[in-house]
Amino acid sequence: MMQMLVFVLASMMVLVGAVSVILMRNPVHAALGLVLTLFGIAVHFVALDAHFLAAVQVIVYAGAIVVLFLFVIMLLGVDKSEDLKIEPFPIQRPLAVVVGAGIIGLVAASVVRAGDTIAEGSPLQADGDENIRALARNLYGDHVFAFEFTSILLIVAVAGTVLMTRKSKKADDDRLR
Amino acid sequence: MIAFAEPTTTYYLLLSAVLFGIGSTGLLVRRNPLIMFMCVELMLNAVNLTFVALSNRFGDIKGQTAVFFVMVVAAAEVVVGLGIVISILRRRPGATADDLAELKG
Repeated sequence: MMQMLVFVLASMMVLVGAVSVILMRNPVHAALGLVLTLFGIAVHFVALDAHFLAAVQVIVYAGAIVVLFLFVIMLLGVDKSEDLKIEPFPIQRPLAVVVGAGIIGLVAASVVRAGDTIAEGSPLQADGDENIRALARNLYGDHVFAFEFTSILLIVAVAGTVLMTRKSKKADDDRLR
Repeated sequence: MIAFAEPTTTYYLLLSAVLFGIGSTGLLVRRNPLIMFMCVELMLNAVNLTFVALSNRFGDIKGQTAVFFVMVVAAAEVVVGLGIVISILRRRPGATADDLAELKG
């Protein structure tokens, strides 16, 4: 009973946030809708006994990524509302809705069809810090090379972004001229 | 009567299917590059929810490890993508995705 209530409430958060991301005209409101969705997903993670991922979800996604979005929105001054009435390609929106509904329908049909035939394993230990222990054993045991490579990925991403967004000296000189 | 049932894995999978569909529709409809990035985040989160739900069902921690890596890649992707958006919008303010067709063959 309680779990179902949590599920329904968190799902409403997720869906309301997601719909507001694609319907809000102001990008700041869309970013706040994204925060609502990410928190709802974090609640689902707690309900599914993935405590570490719930914390990471709130800290990294809602904390860092959405703040980065808001920084860029404010920095570029694109926080003025976009007129959603303009349609450059008249057929685009109906087609997009058809594609979205088709994805939902196909995936939902296969999920319902699979239903209870999905194999059920022994449940994970969820008491205390057993979740984070099991995750750490798996991450630093079987996947330690992949974990090290993520550090290379992050370094490359940060260095590339700095190089890409840096104003070159020559461009500044041209502007002054 | 549905309120007295326990949420099963199927419910979580259905929710993530709907979330993925909303994200893909938004990606196709919106023309602001920033909002398109947010829709990509929605789709990534739908996949993360699938991973965690099936990890819980199978009793296997590997699904949660995969979510960890998806989060790292999403963070790197947002950093690079927003860098591209900044360097484009600095040059031509108010550009939408339709105006950025220079790479067209």
